[in-house]
Amino acid sequence: MSGAATSLGRRDFLAGASALIVAIGTTREAAIGERPSETSPFGTATYANADSWLALDANGNVTVSWGKVEQGTGIETAIAQIVADELDVPFDSVRVLQGDTDRTPDQGYTAGSQSLSAGAIPVRRAAAFVRVTLIQIAAQRLNVSADTLTTRDGAVVSKAGPQVHLRYAELVPSGRVNRIVPDDVVLKPVSAYQVVRKSIPRVDIPAKLDGSYRYVQNVRIPGMMHARMVHPQRLGQVARAIDGASLGDLRSRVRVVHKNAFVAVVAQREWDAVQAAKLLKVTWAGGAPLPAENQLDAVLRASAGRDDVVLNKGNVSSASGKTLRATYHWPFQSHGSIGPSCGLADVRETSVTIWSGTEGSFFLKRSIAALLGRSPDQVVVRWVEGSGAYGHNGADDAAAAAAIVSQEIGKPVRMQWMRYDETAWDPKGPAMLFDLEAVLDADGRIGAWSFHGRSPTHVGRPNGTAATLLAGRLTGLGPPTPFFVGGDRNAATNYDIPKQHIVLTNLTSSPLRPSSLRGLGGTANTFANESFVDELAHAAGADPIAFRMRHLSDPRAQAVLEAVRPAYAAGRGVAFVRYENVNAYVAAVVDLDVDRSSGAIALRHVWIAHDCGLVVNPNGLRNQIEGNVIQGSSRALRERVRFAPAGVTSVDWMTYPILRFSEVPEIDVTLVDRPDQPIMGAGEATTTVMAPAIANAVFAQTGARLRDVPFTPDAVKAALLR
Amino acid sequence: MSDQRFELKVNGRISPVNVDPTTPLLYVLRDELELDGPHFGCGLAQCGACTVQLDGVAVRSCVIPVSAVGTQEVTTIEGLAVEGKMSALQTALVEAQAPQCGYCMPGITMSASALLKETPHPTDAQIRQALDGNLCRCGSHTRVLRAVKAAAGSPT
Ligand code: FES
Ligand code: FES
Repeated sequence: MSGAATSLGRRDFLAGASALIVAIGTTREAAIGERPSETSPFGTATYANADSWLALDANGNVTVSWGKVEQGTGIETAIAQIVADELDVPFDSVRVLQGDTDRTPDQGYTAGSQSLSAGAIPVRRAAAFVRVTLIQIAAQRLNVSADTLTTRDGAVVSKAGPQVHLRYAELVPSGRVNRIVPDDVVLKPVSAYQVVRKSIPRVDIPAKLDGSYRYVQNVRIPGMMHARMVHPQRLGQVARAIDGASLGDLRSRVRVVHKNAFVAVVAQREWDAVQAAKLLKVTWAGGAPLPAENQLDAVLRASAGRDDVVLNKGNVSSASGKTLRATYHWPFQSHGSIGPSCGLADVRETSVTIWSGTEGSFFLKRSIAALLGRSPDQVVVRWVEGSGAYGHNGADDAAAAAAIVSQEIGKPVRMQWMRYDETAWDPKGPAMLFDLEAVLDADGRIGAWSFHGRSPTHVGRPNGTAATLLAGRLTGLGPPTPFFVGGDRNAATNYDIPKQHIVLTNLTSSPLRPSSLRGLGGTANTFANESFVDELAHAAGADPIAFRMRHLSDPRAQAVLEAVRPAYAAGRGVAFVRYENVNAYVAAVVDLDVDRSSGAIALRHVWIAHDCGLVVNPNGLRNQIEGNVIQGSSRALRERVRFAPAGVTSVDWMTYPILRFSEVPEIDVTLVDRPDQPIMGAGEATTTVMAPAIANAVFAQTGARLRDVPFTPDAVKAALLR
Repeated sequence: MSDQRFELKVNGRISPVNVDPTTPLLYVLRDELELDGPHFGCGLAQCGACTVQLDGVAVRSCVIPVSAVGTQEVTTIEGLAVEGKMSALQTALVEAQAPQCGYCMPGITMSASALLKETPHPTDAQIRQALDGNLCRCGSHTRVLRAVKAAAGSPT
């Protein structure tokens, strides 16, 4: 390590495009340092945009700069746990800065449950490197070999005895030192971890219970105005006439901002803006009608798209045996955030500041720059946690709308979407449909499996263009070029089947604006696959757990199924997934009651076995899994975006109901901890098994097969009569 | 309508405000008194995110015009702490590590606290019933139910 004490100028730093840099300095500010300007090329995430991942100051405080963000998943706590262990500092001395484009590295989106698995690696490496650097500094100062030293609880100590005890704070060099983390930095073995694997209470929770937590909805900027949207009925319309007189008395206190189909009202008082948005009469014109709801299947079948072969092995048409076919449908679904999205913007002549609960600050920054016609380095996005989003909800769009209004009126603006805006206008988890066919051979094994899914894209997030923002569409831009992502997630199963043909048709258009909702295509694909496996198990006369295990050679897959076996009994439903085919393993058993006269399903008990490798925070993980069970059940039982040719008709909690306190099941979670295995994400996996486990339980109890989500009482009654 | 002066009793203090009398209590609490605990969720009495108590009874502040509050005592989540310490119910919710995003939590806490005032030892069914109008999207329900049970019988 000698000679590694390179102090880097900004230019040197920028030249090393993938450098991972740690800073050690006398103050937090000095350590964090000045930010280099944005250099990442459009559309890619680079780890090089901030010059410090981790900073240690003269008080021994550690600041982690984390480009991803808390989404109610406990990520902030988990990251602090990892750093505390890797750097050997008390958990309390670690602070995590998140998501601000001028203070954190660009790590792309907080998405796909990758925050802990992929996202933590640079932070871990940075912490490990600071630790060895401190040992090195101490060794030089004491003129001893670094081999004789180790670290404990924020201090460098001698391995042999109590001779040496130098607190990190005493070792921090004066001024500021930047070092590049070498590729060969050695991480601690997990067996040496003390803080990781413990259920450390989450740092964000107390403030969430005393009313002091700062959600983006609570941000106040001096002089800010309150804005509300007046959305059209559907995309493609324009506001042909706006009747200012419809505002009555409010007219003198409310300003209308209008461009094409973008109509917003803005006032000093929030209540004035709320009322004005309700009262303002706008004549909407143009825009192709949406299809009728009962035409959705036909629309998905008729839409143009690109056929992607996900897997093709063996010749499926050469298999012989008993053939089964089934078609499954998944509806458009909303994120259902409890707090409608809110964004703030302060657009000035040479600077733009945005406050948003976005999951992708850096992409939002570039998209808003494009929307306003500004250079990206004029734009700063400050990330502030919003209501849970579970993907790409309205957060980015509300912020962009705030920016347009602020630019227009020259004052800071708080844009708060109303319930109608969020439920009707959040980008939707796309509808999908599946045609499956399989052949059971004479031994009761699956000999061949064909899957043909059809799906709009699952990623319509801001990508640096204005067309990915709703405000861009409303002000006149056409739909963005679709970028096909997520539809193929878990299209293939993990079952050992000799002949398989898995095709996903990525549709180029969608009746509703599609984007990411928890699990992406994995949720719907797993519903289809795990329901169909169940149909095959039944056709083979086999126990559904044994049937699955017969087709799984991976011992970790077998282990989660074994773990739920004690909960399995006749009349209960089972499902299994290996999320994204390479991540967390989940098995579920569901017990429920079906009211045959009303068709209502009452969930009684859900058992989950879950293996996501090394568990960083067991209680935090359980909380995530329980949340997935409830949200996944809600999506299966209740949720479908309703629409008519004129527009979306799901506009509130009556027209888009979700599961309530009286309806949630008891939940038992078994964590299969694998400390020797890499960390895998847990934010989404369990969602994907809920719909199939419920449908399979209904079948086990009634013989009625539910192939279309949601399983409303009417749908269940119809299935019982078939 | 033109502004009127109201003297609201909020969390034990008299708070004078000048607002349009039709303004829902929620906006008065958030914008005039800068109390961030009551959250906007729907404005339609459908979700419970805005729940506060009027004389100890849980109400939806998003649909109560400020002019209807009168002399009733308004309690928000900020007013649950006793001498700067969280109430037993809040502590139980922290101990259960109940929230995920937590956006629903102040409303849930105010509904549960009103229940425990009225029914110090509620059954599971009573707790579920009392919280049925409070929506949570993250799925914190089972932890909330456990925490309310744990706090039963303590002063809230
Ligand atoms: S905001 Fe008042 S009930 Fe939803
Ligand atoms: S914890 Fe997020 S809505 Fe309840």
